[in-house]
Amino acid sequence: MSGAEGTAERRPAAGTTPPALDVERIRADFPVLHQEVYGKPLVYLDNAATTQKPRAVIDAVSRFYAHDNSNVHRGVHALSQRATEEYEGVRGKVREFLNAASERELIFVRGTTEAINLVAATFGRARIRAGDEILLTEMEHHSNIVPWQLLAEQVGATIKVVPITDTGELVMESFEQLLTDRTRLVAVAHLSNALGTINPVRRIIQAAHDAGVPVLLDGAQAAPHIRVDVRELDCDFYAFSGHKIYGPTGIGVLYGKEKWLEDMPPYQGGGEMIRQVSFTRSTYGDLPAKFEAGTPNIAGAVGLGAAIDYVRGIGLDAIAAHEHAVLEYALAAADAIPGMRVVGRAREKASILSFVLDGIHPHDIGTILDRQGLAVRAGHHCAMPVMEHYCLPATARASFAVYNTRAEVDALMAGIRKVQEVFGL
Amino acid sequence: MSDLRDLYQEVIFDHNRNPRNFRAMEDANRTAEGFNPLCGDRLTLYLKVDDGRIVDASFQGSGCAISTASASLMTDALKGRTVEEAEGLFHGFHDLITGEGGAPVDLGKLEVLSGVREFPTRVKCATLAWHTLNAALDDQGEPVTTE
Repeated sequence: MSGAEGTAERRPAAGTTPPALDVERIRADFPVLHQEVYGKPLVYLDNAATTQKPRAVIDAVSRFYAHDNSNVHRGVHALSQRATEEYEGVRGKVREFLNAASERELIFVRGTTEAINLVAATFGRARIRAGDEILLTEMEHHSNIVPWQLLAEQVGATIKVVPITDTGELVMESFEQLLTDRTRLVAVAHLSNALGTINPVRRIIQAAHDAGVPVLLDGAQAAPHIRVDVRELDCDFYAFSGHKIYGPTGIGVLYGKEKWLEDMPPYQGGGEMIRQVSFTRSTYGDLPAKFEAGTPNIAGAVGLGAAIDYVRGIGLDAIAAHEHAVLEYALAAADAIPGMRVVGRAREKASILSFVLDGIHPHDIGTILDRQGLAVRAGHHCAMPVMEHYCLPATARASFAVYNTRAEVDALMAGIRKVQEVFGL
Repeated sequence: MSDLRDLYQEVIFDHNRNPRNFRAMEDANRTAEGFNPLCGDRLTLYLKVDDGRIVDASFQGSGCAISTASASLMTDALKGRTVEEAEGLFHGFHDLITGEGGAPVDLGKLEVLSGVREFPTRVKCATLAWHTLNAALDDQGEPVTTE
């Protein structure tokens, strides 16, 4: 397997000391964390659903509306110019963050879901035909399944699915077998939201490219936890959401190699994305405007820029090392609790602790933890095929971010024992 | 955490651990399926209705303690009731759980679920069985969901 590859991606090599990270200082940056819920200090462990926002992001959005608010790319006046510079400036930050070759390759969208739908609706409709195959995996989030199903239904293509093992890793032999001369696209999560598995994406991309097949990576979960270099990965598309990386909701990014984006028809029609419009014919703008019809989420982009600055200020390697230590601590603590079972034990794993308790439904776990100030998710995590694989209706999930501590893991485990006590187990 | 004790009363644990009427019914003449897509709770409700009276009620499925106990208590409460009385119980139970509504109905044992009122995110767990009952009585072919 690609163990060494994944390791190098997310933390310093074994033996080196992880860079020190002052968690208390980081926590001080997040106003929402400093509150009580039901009289208990809030322990926020639902970061895979959305992360909290540092003061810098909140202030950037507020400052934009207080000082610079205007529409972009059209006004001749000072505010419009400032708004345009800020908005386009964020594209530059995203380029550096992903190490994309050009800002033309970065499209602002609402989030990962819209990014994937965009690729399905444009790349997909232009290049995928009846009898073609789209290769997904069993651990995908619904947002990396349903857009492809919609496309497949429209054009008569087929969805193929790479199975997972019981530890939550892709069966790579099956991937290689399922990659055929009919495959037109591979779409796979970089990091699974339900299991925490870091997929061997380099190996996947290389094998796909050897077969002439482009690859889309769903980076919604990976972007906040793993340093991403789209040129080093050589992926064809990469999608992530601002709100999972300490930025605002309603803003996200689609990276696409310029050769694909140039080739793809527009997604939505409207203002901003055109060059010339008449009732007989319209011509489209250059990249990236071609894919950004209508007034974009300007303040959201400004907030995303502040979030990227914030993350880069700490450093993704330091964040990954810290989160890895918290996760390892949590996994060991979970193993020490009788009746608690972790779902997803991939060798390469980050951020996610999905679990079940004997005799207690995850929904009951969620309620009882909530009353102790512990915010976790209970449900199928928009990954029903994963639940089906494990024959579970649902799991409880704690997911960690840069501001979580071992003390919070202790609080979680004490909370879980309380759940068992309430149930008389 | 006294409100947790209000939600998770001993009777609820008892019905969760040992759900009553937990079986398929061969000679049921009304059945319906309920599904809560949010948490994955599923149940199939079986009724035997004879001359406007529910002579037997049972269920199968999987769910959280609240939804399992609710289905168990409901099937117990339904046996021997007329369809009209069952509809009255449905409305009374709904009002009990949501804290809304008109004149209180005597709900007997079902009142152990009143604590759900303080847990808005769990109302759908408690009402899943009852919405499924409605579907069974209306004989809707489609599975009902709480969404």
